[in-house]
Amino acid sequence: MAEKVGIYVCHCGSNIAGMVDVEEVAKWAGANIPDVVVSRDYKFMCSSLGQQMIEDDIKKEGLTRVVVGACSPHLHEKTFRRACSNAGMNPYLCQMTNLREHVSWVAVDRSAATLKAKALVSASAERVKMQKPLEPMSVKVNPATLVIGGGIAGLQATLELADAGYHVYLVEREPSIGGHMAQFDKTFPTLDCSACILTPKMSEVGQHENVTMMTYAEVEEVSGSVGEFTVKIRKRARYVEYAPCTGCGICIEKCPQKVVDTVFEAGLGYRKAIYTPFPQAVPRVPVIDVDNCRWFKQQKCKVCQKLCPTNAINYDQQDEVVEIKVGNIIAATGWKMFESKGLPQYGYGRLANVFTSLEFERLCNSAGPTNGKIVLRDGKTEPKSVAIIHCVGSRDTNHNEYCSGICCMASLKFGHLVLEKTNAEVYSFYIDMRANQKGYEEFYQRLLAEGMNFVRGKVAEITDAARKPSEEGKLIIQCEDTLQGRQRRIPVDMVVLMGALEPQADAKETGLKLGISCSMAGWYTERHPKLDPVATMTDGVFVAGVCQGPKDIPASVAQGAAAAARVMGMITKGTVTIEPIVASVTEEECSGCKICNTMCPYNAIEFDAAKEVSHVITALCKGCGTCVAACPAGAITGAHFNNQQIFAEIEGILWDAKPQAEPVSA
Amino acid sequence: MAETATFEPKIVGFMCNWCSYRAADLAGSARIKHAPNVRIIRVMCSGRVDPTFVFKAFSLGADAVMMAGCHPGECHYIEQNYKAMRRYSMIEHSLKQLGVEPDRFRLVWASAAEGQQLAEAVDKFVEDVRKLGPLNWHANLAESDERLEALANIVKEHEEALEVLP
Amino acid sequence: MKYAYYPGCSLERNSAAYDVSVRQVADLLGIKLVELDDWNCCGATEFFSQDELVATSVIARNLALVDSQLNQLVAPCAACYLNLSKTDRLMAEHPHMNDKVNQCLAAGGLNYKPGSVRVRHILDVIYTDIGETAIRDKVVRPLTNLRIAPYYGCQVVRPDVAFDNPEYPMKMDELFQWVGAEVVDYPVKAHCCSGHMTQISEPQAYELIRRLLASAAEYKADMILCMCPMCQLNLDAYQAATNKYFGTNYKIPIIFFTQLLGVAFGLDTKKLGFGKEIVAAEPVLQSKLGANAAV
Repeated sequence: MAEKVGIYVCHCGSNIAGMVDVEEVAKWAGANIPDVVVSRDYKFMCSSLGQQMIEDDIKKEGLTRVVVGACSPHLHEKTFRRACSNAGMNPYLCQMTNLREHVSWVAVDRSAATLKAKALVSASAERVKMQKPLEPMSVKVNPATLVIGGGIAGLQATLELADAGYHVYLVEREPSIGGHMAQFDKTFPTLDCSACILTPKMSEVGQHENVTMMTYAEVEEVSGSVGEFTVKIRKRARYVEYAPCTGCGICIEKCPQKVVDTVFEAGLGYRKAIYTPFPQAVPRVPVIDVDNCRWFKQQKCKVCQKLCPTNAINYDQQDEVVEIKVGNIIAATGWKMFESKGLPQYGYGRLANVFTSLEFERLCNSAGPTNGKIVLRDGKTEPKSVAIIHCVGSRDTNHNEYCSGICCMASLKFGHLVLEKTNAEVYSFYIDMRANQKGYEEFYQRLLAEGMNFVRGKVAEITDAARKPSEEGKLIIQCEDTLQGRQRRIPVDMVVLMGALEPQADAKETGLKLGISCSMAGWYTERHPKLDPVATMTDGVFVAGVCQGPKDIPASVAQGAAAAARVMGMITKGTVTIEPIVASVTEEECSGCKICNTMCPYNAIEFDAAKEVSHVITALCKGCGTCVAACPAGAITGAHFNNQQIFAEIEGILWDAKPQAEPVSA
Repeated sequence: MAETATFEPKIVGFMCNWCSYRAADLAGSARIKHAPNVRIIRVMCSGRVDPTFVFKAFSLGADAVMMAGCHPGECHYIEQNYKAMRRYSMIEHSLKQLGVEPDRFRLVWASAAEGQQLAEAVDKFVEDVRKLGPLNWHANLAESDERLEALANIVKEHEEALEVLP
Repeated sequence: MKYAYYPGCSLERNSAAYDVSVRQVADLLGIKLVELDDWNCCGATEFFSQDELVATSVIARNLALVDSQLNQLVAPCAACYLNLSKTDRLMAEHPHMNDKVNQCLAAGGLNYKPGSVRVRHILDVIYTDIGETAIRDKVVRPLTNLRIAPYYGCQVVRPDVAFDNPEYPMKMDELFQWVGAEVVDYPVKAHCCSGHMTQISEPQAYELIRRLLASAAEYKADMILCMCPMCQLNLDAYQAATNKYFGTNYKIPIIFFTQLLGVAFGLDTKKLGFGKEIVAAEPVLQSKLGANAAV
């Protein structure tokens, strides 16, 4: 029995009707497309009257298929599917045709636009006849959440969820949570103490009954999908037992092996071979760095084990892989600092008194290696002049094209700290001063008033090659001052390079595990750059903090909280509906060649060795259809995008084209 | 000549749901005017584009086919656009043998934010196809030495591929 | 390994030491240099600003002369290297220029397809194509105790990023570490030698030369190694005048890097062109390398 198709062409006020002859399209479709029993045009199809019109026709005329020619399906597909559903039709038998975004809004010629509209309506009408009823799938949402990364964004997300009564697994790679914020002395523009605002949050997370914290641990494998992810986490061996350790710190105090701390102290200070990264670390359970521990290297020492009052040291501890189940995942994996040696003309690594911004943070920090004294690399001389170079590796087509966002304000903060703690002159070398958040412009004005010197121009070179006696023994900043329109040479004692924020080295790899993609620069891609900045294209995976793009602390906190709110919404609802657009294998047609097995990035296709056929694990399939296109036997069907449907769509879309006859073979 | 001056090619565009189709949506919302010749068929991913879709379109009289997806590295399905990319070269190869000029089949990357770029790519493609004139693969098939060359190359490549196999 | 060789005019006269040492070192390293038959001037630094088409065509003639069997052309002179590679790029990027230049070449029965010849600097060939292991193997007189300042100048490393970092080149530094020298990492190694300023404004030129000598002296370099005839000429021939102008007393030998590489490989200093420089290099070699310096 033939289908009964209803066609509805929307005017969208004058949005479509202004460029497309909608009456003509509707009339033409009614007269020319086979099986069309109703074809109407209407002012606003999405209005309740428009929807009612469809519902009435389904009931009265017995329509079995509906085509709505209106705006993009991304806007109103749900609306019209619901209308059809209300009238008792399976929602997947309704097809939308994009006559606004793809036709009227981009065309300049009415007759060409009308022709294109006919082609698109014809395509949808031919396709819709091939469509099959489908049932949306429903999945229960596991109320536990995984948060990856214990920096400020991850901590905020964790606390929001845990305080709301939901369980959170917090995974952090370093031995302590806290992230980069724990390294800072002050935060801009308010200059409040970073540790004072961060550490309460850290201990709250550490003690929270709803938080399972796994530090010194990494996500190894993620499987499943929204609602029910299974995650394997590798907890690296600390060689200190978690339960008995009281965090008394005797082991650290007595450990005879000093090691340069290249992580937390950015290479400026020392730690022991058994250590916590910093005194307020959470957890307080130390780790043994096996590359430097005398017991692991030379099989002697054991001082920590002998002195531990609770026998917590265990040299035989092994990595442990735990498996957890969560409904949602928040990635808050943070960033790494640009390698300043990549700009050799700035002399980092060659000229002793050129510092990175992280090194300088540690110099300023009263808990840092110099107890907060700003001194040169010799550890004692106070600089008489300090240059702060902006955009090192940012806004530079040779390195990172983007603006790192935070460096202007961090430079002002450094300038303030230098002026406060020393008698030095401070120079800021900037391209543009970016101060566009709350209190930032005021902070800039404050530093202008405090006497920080601002030179607008990109620094060409930092050199120790003096040209005159006043430059002897100094670092000379060679730069173009674009406001004065001349070259300048400014001799200083100390230089701070404001390195770019860069994606973590393994951001792509982690993204692949989570099924989320990265931008060209390597930041995680949000679902929509404006309207959905915390969700990703993978349902159940959210992003927060700098891993999604450079941002400051308030923005990271806001995004962490927003991601948590999104997750709470999912948990409260309890179930999640998934589009039934998945692939399936017709076993009788499968030759068992396994080509599709390797095509799937989600490992959703399994080979059944007993039956010698492949089959799709529906829960894992995301519906891309690559396997469907790859199957040489045509044994895989992609629901809602199967070959017959698309062939019909191609036939319809080319209704006015003339195929050439078969060539006569010689 | 009069005919080619007014020739409006009919082009089928297979666009992925996440990037290129949304780029076309964005071109619309931003009112970026462009040629109406590309008629879009939405697929979930450029990786879904089955070679037979392309052949079907040409056989039904399309003058050209565009295939558009997310930028490499930005695929919604992680890496399926790389598969589309490889398939693209394979289809291009086959089309050549069938007498369809390679310029009639084009792969375009456009992110959901690139309405402008997609509109430009559409205009450029339409312009290029307009220069080629209507599809006339019979003539090409009959006349072209390239086809024989392409066939010979395939055989050669195949043999080379076999040689490197263990 | 076989390359077409373009010596350029400086290497025939005041930089003859560069030419002989390049040939000797290349020979020893198995780099076969086939001199272009009937090559002509590269136009040096001035010709481009006079008439771009003529300048480009004159240079393109050399590229067109490269034997079709050889697709690489080696030029030791920095200006020649820059002009040849610049011309190739100009023709590749600007089709109308390519057409015009090829019209000019056609008058002489020649033709050049941009991109068909890869222009290489001799430092790049030695560093990249020969490489560390082969070079270390050839060392018979390690340059231990000799402190050298590699001087890159401007034209080889800029503006293209061809084979070294344009802001802070390091390839010559590494090369001489391989042969045992103490390489000083002085900050002005890619700064200007003053070019033709010696002919235009002597005080400017002397100041630029002084900066280089002063920095090398500050880092206690025994000699400066050049890869450009102009650099070598300015630093060597104007060293006395610079000293006189500033009342300084620099006495730093300025030689070509291939000359010293030849010493490390055990070649005869006389055959490497030593003695042609004004501030004598051999006494420094004697005192620093001692008995090791003699063959």
